[in-house]
Amino acid sequence: MSALDMASASNLEPVRVLAPGSGFGHRSRSRALRNELARVVMWAAFAVVMVPLAWILWSVLSKGGQMLLDSQWWTNSQRGITNRSVGGGAVHAIQGTLIQGLITAMIAVPIAVMTAIYLVEFGRGRLARAVSFTVDILTGIPSIVAALFIYAVWVTAFGFQRVGFAVCLALMLLMIPVVVRSTEEMLKLVPNELREAAYALGVPKWKTIARIVLPTAFSGIITGVLLGLARVMGETAPLLILGPYTKNIATNLFGGLMPTLPTMINQDRTEVLQPAVDRVWGAAATLILLILLLNIAGRLIGHFGRAKG
Amino acid sequence: MAKRIDVKDLNAYYGTFKAVEDVSMTVEPRSVTAFIGPSGCGKSTLLRTLNRMHEVIPGGRVEGSVRLDDVDLYATGVDPVAVRRTVGMVFQRPNPFPTMSIADNVAAGLRLNGMKNKKELAEKVEASLRGANLWKEVKDRLNKPGAGLSGGQQQRLCIARAIAVEPQVLLMDEPCSALDPISTLAIEDLISDLKSTYTVVIVTHNMQQAARVSDRTAFFNLTATGEPGRLIEMDDTQKIFSNPTQRATEDYISGRFG
Repeated sequence: MSALDMASASNLEPVRVLAPGSGFGHRSRSRALRNELARVVMWAAFAVVMVPLAWILWSVLSKGGQMLLDSQWWTNSQRGITNRSVGGGAVHAIQGTLIQGLITAMIAVPIAVMTAIYLVEFGRGRLARAVSFTVDILTGIPSIVAALFIYAVWVTAFGFQRVGFAVCLALMLLMIPVVVRSTEEMLKLVPNELREAAYALGVPKWKTIARIVLPTAFSGIITGVLLGLARVMGETAPLLILGPYTKNIATNLFGGLMPTLPTMINQDRTEVLQPAVDRVWGAAATLILLILLLNIAGRLIGHFGRAKG
Repeated sequence: MAKRIDVKDLNAYYGTFKAVEDVSMTVEPRSVTAFIGPSGCGKSTLLRTLNRMHEVIPGGRVEGSVRLDDVDLYATGVDPVAVRRTVGMVFQRPNPFPTMSIADNVAAGLRLNGMKNKKELAEKVEASLRGANLWKEVKDRLNKPGAGLSGGQQQRLCIARAIAVEPQVLLMDEPCSALDPISTLAIEDLISDLKSTYTVVIVTHNMQQAARVSDRTAFFNLTATGEPGRLIEMDDTQKIFSNPTQRATEDYISGRFG
């Protein structure tokens, strides 16, 4: 006789869970009160975080949103536009930000991923601890210090001009530790059983890492890279120090000025004339949108990569 | 194909801790040898020394010799990677590669060792899956992820993956401990089939299983936790389970301890 049959066969009243006298008793009043208190505090903390975020988004989008709806914004630069004239676009700055972000990632990601592989797969003893410690220090470096360091090397020591590539080098310093840490976490999540399974098939260690470990962690690594990229694309200090603004389209990383969204914002931020003020808000909204898209892409890749199981 | 294993005066360490002490034994080709004994007696450690997987663990170190026919696996100049191609291994928990399909999982060892010919790979995949009694169940979904199979099927997939590289010895570390009785039966049947081609060594906590599948049984024991495990006795399975020489063996198989 199954449990179900027994239940239907018996004529017992349904048991009242936690009824008085059942032996379980009530939840005490003070515990209920503390539970309620903790709930309120948590929601309050959440609200404290959300209010400024919503506020920023609202003010940026309400003031700069309509600039984004103008197709000129996405096709024109600011060439020949003064602070009195309406029109022009941000394509020069968007291009600059994307190019610098891309080049930064191309330099930083291989270094960061290989560092993470060393730390997780090979690192033992003193050298590994030293590398890990260095990454920690690098994480804490303020962006203006990274920028001044590159300035000292690139401009003062080598005597080169302030160009887009120098900006990329400074951003690279800021991106590497972020990607090392996220990649490290992803590699640690790959079960050791998979490595052992590959070794037991007579696969050498380097091939196990390249063909088993990295593909298994791939979506997580990409998510980390995109989040790191989103982080550095909004950086401003290196741009102010190493990458002066221009109103023209300029894509040469090694010569001349190179405009970006943060420097475009900085350029006009003291203006009082409406057309220039609108452009500042428009550039801010564009930057937020770009970083938001990168974040969403990162999350999507992470989500779908994991769902494959 | 199958080879004889001769272990002589073998000690295995984790850092400074000696896990296995002074083991000498012979494993016959084309037979199933079971390692039994209480937890911590070093049977899994010993198994992992037979294909140099022990040294993969940080601090893992081996003294003594393991000869495969007449080649010492621990002689200088022997490549552990080549050893593992000859002596395959199946683990306690099924561990198919999550990024790969069923077919790719089976082909993984061959492909990662450089085989490119698609036709040849497909043939090997089919032969290995047939060899692991899994072909009928998966032949219509070879391109689906290996992680989608049941636990027992995943373990047979891992066996197919291990035999695809055509090893001469197959080591199994408690291959059924994570499986239900029906899947266990399927694996045990498979082990009986495999011994016609391979030398099989299986570690198990399940004494009925040792009695069912093995020809020879080795009993390991340790005097106390923290002490190294030793080989107590090794004999024909029937003899070990009916009339063991050592008192400790009898106590263990009759359930008086362990």
